[in-house]
Amino acid sequence: MKKIISFPHIGNYHIPIEILLKLIFKDSVIMPAPKTTKRTLELGSRYSPDFVCVPFKYNLGNYIEALENGANVLIQAGGGCRYGYYAEIQELILRDLGYEFKFVKLIGHDLHPLNMFRVCKSIGTNISFFRFLYYLLLVIKMVGFIDRTEAYIRENIGFEVMENSFDKLHAEFFGKLRDISNFTSLAHVTKEYEKAFRKIKIDKPENCLKVGVVGELYTAMEPFSNYFLERELAKNKVQVSRFITVTFLFFQKPRDIKKILKSAGKYLKYTIGADGTDSVERSKTLAELGYDGIIHVKPFGCMPEVNAMPMLNNIGRDYKIPVLYFSFDSQTSETGVKTRLEAFYDMLEMRRKSREDITKFENRVSWS
Amino acid sequence: MTIGLPRALLYYRYGVIWEAFFKIIGCKTITSPETNKQILNDGIRFSIDECCLPSKIYMGHVYYLIGKCDYILIPRIASCKKRNDVCVKLNAMYDIVKNTFGDISILDYNVDNHNGLNERRAFINMGRALGCSYAKALSAYKNAKKADKLLYEKKVENQNRLLENNDKLKILIVSHSYNCHDKFLGYPISDYIKKLNCVSVFADAADREKSVVMSRKISDSLYWIYNKESIGSIKVLEDKVNGIILLTAFPCGPDSLVNELIMRKVRDIPVINIILDELQGEAGIQTRIESFLDVIKDRARL
Repeated sequence: MKKIISFPHIGNYHIPIEILLKLIFKDSVIMPAPKTTKRTLELGSRYSPDFVCVPFKYNLGNYIEALENGANVLIQAGGGCRYGYYAEIQELILRDLGYEFKFVKLIGHDLHPLNMFRVCKSIGTNISFFRFLYYLLLVIKMVGFIDRTEAYIRENIGFEVMENSFDKLHAEFFGKLRDISNFTSLAHVTKEYEKAFRKIKIDKPENCLKVGVVGELYTAMEPFSNYFLERELAKNKVQVSRFITVTFLFFQKPRDIKKILKSAGKYLKYTIGADGTDSVERSKTLAELGYDGIIHVKPFGCMPEVNAMPMLNNIGRDYKIPVLYFSFDSQTSETGVKTRLEAFYDMLEMRRKSREDITKFENRVSWS
Repeated sequence: MTIGLPRALLYYRYGVIWEAFFKIIGCKTITSPETNKQILNDGIRFSIDECCLPSKIYMGHVYYLIGKCDYILIPRIASCKKRNDVCVKLNAMYDIVKNTFGDISILDYNVDNHNGLNERRAFINMGRALGCSYAKALSAYKNAKKADKLLYEKKVENQNRLLENNDKLKILIVSHSYNCHDKFLGYPISDYIKKLNCVSVFADAADREKSVVMSRKISDSLYWIYNKESIGSIKVLEDKVNGIILLTAFPCGPDSLVNELIMRKVRDIPVINIILDELQGEAGIQTRIESFLDVIKDRARL
């Protein structure tokens, strides 16, 4: 039987993952789960435990839809918080639903290249370890570039002169990435698109409102799960910054964890689990950089992020920076999110104005 | 010097060691009272809404101790052995308390085996921070550990004796010890089971080491040690009990998944999942337990 390999969605990362798997498994079909929709979430929540966090429900929905489309090998990663327990329970639930498939788990400690290679072998590939390593490094580099590009897009998409110019180029860029199979072609594409993105005309005032998004990795990275929060902000001409990316999680964070803890200063003495530590440190840095506001996103009941909230409260108070908390669940209403964002945006603008008035007034006083 | 011990979370596991350790090195200890309505309300007032119920109660206990002692002991435990981590809530408790209450004197120790800090070193560091010598701290730790072991063995023995008794229904309560032994959360339930003329036994009084080994029979991917122990206790006591109550506090992260795992994998013994939250009434839970016991009795008769 032909192997059809599938995996759940997170942001745009299904594209590099698909590329990697296509390079490794040349004889199999690689099929990312169908696009996340309302139905995905409904399916996922129907079969999930009651108060599990919402990424579990999205993942499960993705799997069910993939299985409906004929997938027979599913991949799940895990680690850190209860995310590491996902794989086992999801496999159980899917088996109890009567599906037949092979379930591949890559939990925390297993993410060593050698081990990953072993897992790939068990799925069925005949490439050598060095080839495998080559492809892995290629895709890691690609992900790094995607992350950089997307950070640039996020900060500037609100200010584009021609509507949709960023989105169009973004889609084209991903199309080009799909043909890459070696470092030279990657370098070409990188060069070409770095220029192309910079060339897009933007009309960005120097003192635009700046908002940082911190929080749990899935809700921060998967736009469907945060109700396209970044897009919504950009529409209001806000510069959005977000630091949690795959590159950060896999490469920067393990290396810099001590530095991060130190930089969090008096707010943290120990790490508080998964991304909680980063959320605190990032919020502090953002506040010091003079950002206008912080948005903290998490799924309902996310333990590390709930741990981070008292510190965020203190940062908000000490640096006088507003923090907006979002807790997403399968029942969150889109209108509710929009209304809160709008109110937050209005508040930031008013704060900005009143602060400008004060400086104007102070200037006049010092003049006379 | 007086050290305050909040009677919540890890107290139910390490309380004996703490008390003995501080007694030997010459510090007085004060323990907060059993959880009551007032403590719960204080805890809710000082917590983020989405925190789990035991951690809210913990905050209430800390608040009770403020001003009544020189230091409040808030340990930070991250990992016990290789692949034996602890819920992230316990990783963060120190920083949460510090950020919530501001300027209070906290005594802490940090157990993080992944980064080379084992329990012994943590206790010695703490002892030295309190001004006693290395040797004294070490012997205090060893003696405290011994005392804890003795008590624990006695507890296990007592439970085993209970299990041998065959004329009453035996119900296993699978839960974190800070849930099932808390006067406000779990105690009313085990008390009610007793009133109905049944025996309740606890997962945390099953042999820990055996439990961890047995837990692999249900799942080998768990990495939180408290979950391993509770899930393993089911395998250890499976043939000796008539029913299992999974007692969970809302919204406990690990339990949300582990309970699902248990319910899908343990099929030949009746299991009920009871979720506790701060708003519950007693009557609802009593009805559920009563009907659960009725089901078990009916099964036995068939």
